[in-house]
Amino acid sequence: MTDVLSNPTRRSLLAGIGALTLAPGIVLMAPQPADAAATSGKRWGLLIDTTKCDAGCNACVQACGAEHGWSDPTHGRPDQAPKWVRKVDVKDPASGKTASLPVMCQHCAKPPCVDVCPTGASFKRADGIVLVDRHICIGCRYCMMACPFKARSFVHEDIANQRPGTPRGNGTVEACNLCVTRVDAGKLPVCVDACAGAGKGAILFGDLNDPNSAIAKRVREVAPARLRADLRLDTGVHYQGL
Amino acid sequence: MAGVRTFVLAALALVLSALGVVDGAMAEGTAKWPGQCVADSATMRRNHFEMLLHQRDDTMHRGERPSDRSLGACLDCHAVKGADGHAVTAADSRHFCRTCHDSAAVRIDCFSCHNSAPGASK
Repeated sequence: MTDVLSNPTRRSLLAGIGALTLAPGIVLMAPQPADAAATSGKRWGLLIDTTKCDAGCNACVQACGAEHGWSDPTHGRPDQAPKWVRKVDVKDPASGKTASLPVMCQHCAKPPCVDVCPTGASFKRADGIVLVDRHICIGCRYCMMACPFKARSFVHEDIANQRPGTPRGNGTVEACNLCVTRVDAGKLPVCVDACAGAGKGAILFGDLNDPNSAIAKRVREVAPARLRADLRLDTGVHYQGL
Repeated sequence: MAGVRTFVLAALALVLSALGVVDGAMAEGTAKWPGQCVADSATMRRNHFEMLLHQRDDTMHRGERPSDRSLGACLDCHAVKGADGHAVTAADSRHFCRTCHDSAAVRIDCFSCHNSAPGASK
C-alpha cells in the first residue's frame, strides 16, 4: 500500500475507473486501429482477472524475475533493485473492496515514455509492445519520470551472465518487454504461464486487434478496467474486477 | 574454391598465431562449421559490424529474428572452449571476438548488455 498506486495515485486510479465506465466507447469496446506503421495488424495485450488474483501469490513476479534475471540477488541494492512487475494491493475507500493485481509496463498505445525519450530509445513496436532500445538509451531516465505506472527501472550496476534472450546492462532503463522474444517465437509471456501453473489462470494474453481472439472476446464481454484510464493512454493491459 | 579459402584461412591463422595476435582461437572456433558462416571470411572481417548493426535494428524494432544472423548465432558458432571444457566469455582474451578486437584496440560494447557465452545471447 506504500506503492505509487496506493497514495495520490490510488485516488486517481479509482477515479480513472469511473471515467472508464463513463466513456466505454473510447477504450473498452473498440480495439485500437492498427498502428500506421504496423506490418502485422496485431496489438498484443494482457487481461488480468483480479478476482482470481490472490494477494498471497507472487508467482508471476518470481517467474518474470527468473526469466529475465532482474531479481538476481547478487545485483542491485534493495532500494535500487529493478522491478519489471510488482504486486499491488488496492482498496476502494468507499466500499472497502480490496484487490490484488500485478502491475507492469501497461504497453500503452500512446506511451508517455516514448513521448519524452530524447533519443528514440523508448519506442512502440508495430504490434503494440513498448520497448527500450538499449543500444541508443543514454540512461537519462526521463521515461521513468513520465511513466504513470512506475513500470521502468534503471540498471545501476554492471551485469554479467544475462539470461537467454534478455540483454541487460548498466546505465540503461528497462521494463517489462511482454516477453517479446517468447512472443516472437509463438510462446506466451512467462507471467501468463506462471499464473496458470500456480492454479490461478488469472492472466490472459492475446491479440486485442483480432475480434475472434479469446482476449478480445473477454474484453467485449466484461468491459475490464484500465489503470489511469483518465490519462487516455489506451493501455494494452486490462484489469477485470477492479 | 572452398579448398583455397580453407588454405587461406589456415595460412592466416598460422601467420596471426606466429605474430602472437591470436592463440589459435579463430582456427578453433571456425573449425566446427568450416565454410558455413553467413558470408565469406573476407566479407565478415570487413563488414561484420555493419551486418550486426543492421540485424540489431531489424530485430529490436521489427522483431525479425533470423536464426542464422543473430548475435547469438555468431557466438554459438564461434565458441571457444577453455581448459575446463566450457566456452569462454568475453572476459577471457581467448574469446573469438576479442582475438581481433584486442589487437585492433576496438572496444566491443555488445557484451556490456549481451551475454557473451554461446547459447545465452539471443
